[in-house]
Amino acid sequence: MNLQIHIEEGNDKSHVHLSGEIDVYTAPKLKDALIPLTSKQGNTIEVNLEQVKYMDSTGLGVFVNALKSSKENGSKLKLINLQDRVLRLFQITGLQEIMDINATIRGVNE
Amino acid sequence: MESFDFIEMRFPAKAEYVGVIRLTISGIANRMGFTYEDIEDLKVAMSEAVTNVVAHAYREEDDGEVTIGFGVYENRLELMVADHGGSFDLNEVKAEIGPYESTESVENLREGGFGLFLITALMDKVEINNNSGVIVLMTKYLDEIEVGFNDGHVSTRQ
Repeated sequence: MNLQIHIEEGNDKSHVHLSGEIDVYTAPKLKDALIPLTSKQGNTIEVNLEQVKYMDSTGLGVFVNALKSSKENGSKLKLINLQDRVLRLFQITGLQEIMDINATIRGVNE
Repeated sequence: MESFDFIEMRFPAKAEYVGVIRLTISGIANRMGFTYEDIEDLKVAMSEAVTNVVAHAYREEDDGEVTIGFGVYENRLELMVADHGGSFDLNEVKAEIGPYESTESVENLREGGFGLFLITALMDKVEINNNSGVIVLMTKYLDEIEVGFNDGHVSTRQ
């Protein structure tokens, strides 16, 4: 019930690998990791959610916040490899239309 | 009268316990025979309700507790989440819920307010009582029809 955040930073691209659960407990840590990356002008931040097994509205809030920061600072935020269950929350809330969400993985049981 | 089992638990209203509460509901829902998808929905709905209590306790610097209850019926699971600390403005919460419209500009995107919206989207029935503290009551029914009959010819008649 924790979240591991692994960041690989290049010149104009940052890869963020997340593993674990995003909830009210882990969301602040994720926000602290993402906002500095989105604050760099021209940076592209690719967040890999393949290993995120659980997420709720606190995670949506962090990504909305990071998206705002990227728009303000001229960077790009991409979410990749979302599990079906996680993607579903972006669909239900209409956020899928607004965020750059690529390639999904099928959930184990779907 | 319809018989049911009732389980009640109290936790400190702290973020680190929300994951523990998810494990609890996962266990109960699994025992009742809910599908994988429904269990995931229940985990999110429960977490959202508890997160509201935790966030409120944090803002008020209140070392409060959250009381959760499970009503285990033959055909449904009722979840109760009670905030016995202060109370928050329900109208304010309701005003903030709803999906994003793609016409909204990014600058106007809300960062919060999804919790109650997700609860209503994922559960079959949601009731909120705001008289003394806040009590959220959420119900999810066990599907009578097994998942997998998706050929469009399913009948619920016996």
